[in-house]
Amino acid sequence: MNKPIIEVSDLFFSFNGHPVLEAVNLSLAKGEFTAIIGPNGGGKTTLMKLILGLIRPDRGKVRIMGGPPREMLHRVGYVPQEVGINKSFPISVTDVVLMGKLRAGGKRFRGYSGNDRIAAQKTLEKLEMWKFRNRLIGELSGGQRQRVYIARAIVSEPEILLLDEPTASVDSKGQSEFYALLRELNKSTTILMVSHDLMVISTYVKSVTCVNRVVHHHDAAEITDEMVDSHCCPVELLTHGSVPHRVLKKHEDF
Amino acid sequence: MWEALQFEFMQNALMAGLLASIACGVIGTLVVVNRIVFISGGIAHAAYGGIGFAFFFGLPYMIGTSLFSLLAAMLMAGLTLKNRHRSDTVIGVLWAVGMASGVIFLDLTPGYNTDLMSYLFGSILAVPGSDIWAMVILNMAVLFIVAYFYYDLLAMSYDEEFARVRGVPVKFLHFLLLGMIALAVVMIIRVVGLILVIALMTIPPYIAEKYSTSLVRMMLISTLLSAVFTIIGLWLSYVFNLTSGATIIMVGGTAFFISVLFDHLR
Repeated sequence: MNKPIIEVSDLFFSFNGHPVLEAVNLSLAKGEFTAIIGPNGGGKTTLMKLILGLIRPDRGKVRIMGGPPREMLHRVGYVPQEVGINKSFPISVTDVVLMGKLRAGGKRFRGYSGNDRIAAQKTLEKLEMWKFRNRLIGELSGGQRQRVYIARAIVSEPEILLLDEPTASVDSKGQSEFYALLRELNKSTTILMVSHDLMVISTYVKSVTCVNRVVHHHDAAEITDEMVDSHCCPVELLTHGSVPHRVLKKHEDF
Repeated sequence: MWEALQFEFMQNALMAGLLASIACGVIGTLVVVNRIVFISGGIAHAAYGGIGFAFFFGLPYMIGTSLFSLLAAMLMAGLTLKNRHRSDTVIGVLWAVGMASGVIFLDLTPGYNTDLMSYLFGSILAVPGSDIWAMVILNMAVLFIVAYFYYDLLAMSYDEEFARVRGVPVKFLHFLLLGMIALAVVMIIRVVGLILVIALMTIPPYIAEKYSTSLVRMMLISTLLSAVFTIIGLWLSYVFNLTSGATIIMVGGTAFFISVLFDHLR
């Protein structure tokens, strides 16, 4: 069996004395495409930040490609939640993408190299955003901006891509294009994505990771009785009862 | 205006104004895009402690105030590290304690008779030549640091979390930025006084942001705007015999409201 690309073992995290995550064990293989689901406040974003090494666990450890997260981050792409980003910030699309080429201590004075700029151009072309290269980021639509953030995350050709609710500000047409793009990227990249969107789970991802203080990993793209019983699913899913569940089961029977 | 420039104090005033404009444009831009105006206000007022400190120990204004303000800024940086955008109470306390310590220092200074108002509202017409040189050196230091860390500062200002994931030393930069704000504040106090520092630091970048396509351009436009405000303000204060610091701020404030009005009409 291959060594897992992400391994979380016996991890605990609490915030102001309240446990957020308890006894988390998670191991993801290379090439995985998993959706992280769970109720708001259940610890989805926290789990992602722990994997990125942005916060430290109280106990337990995270290993990315066998090493501690802080040392492996140059091989990881990250698309954060968009809420905190200042939309009037004076920055062009190209400059946002180039940010993905930053390395610790790497760009002092010299700025970006020709190779960095070529990589940014190729990535923008791949995402059909090259024509917007000189536009201000704030002038773009939600879907276009999301593509720029993906470009920024993948311009360094990461082996793992983490996305935190990437489609929150994207309309439904944009969303299906977006997920098709992720499926394409998944051919060469392991993807973890926080999502509320059940359509995604049934159509695009390979596995589901439920996060609600405890973490369960399910090696199939469906919502099972067990997941509903253990109350780890989003509230909106629970109230809709067995409808999505039945649809998914049938789909698998084919 | 031209005949006024024959006087050495007027030449010094103009030089001090232009030098402070560079600090305003570059550091003010970083303050505005990082949304740390309140922290900067805290540092500006804590700098009053530095003025008292300089008098008490008989140090030159620039040296004494710079040292004290840097110290206050480091303390502020340490206390706001966890949450850069929301540490209101802590900043408010340092703001007041800094000012109070300045008053106490001045109380304890024997034979103290300096005009307090000149530090609260600026004394650009009384800037000595030695301070001009100190401002040149401080400006060069600030420009060098900003140029060296430009891409890291840009990444941190735009998206701190992503910057951290890319290995940008965000914590270190937070200390560095607050330190540079302290130096800029010390320079700008000479021109408009510590009460008005924040206005001169934030009005030019606020206007510049709307016409900028990059951070460095925003810094350039802000520098030009604050230079224009300073020159027009100085000239008006000379012609109408008004307090120069307050006149400079009134010019900036007028430009601010015109720009807001312009946005609404557009």
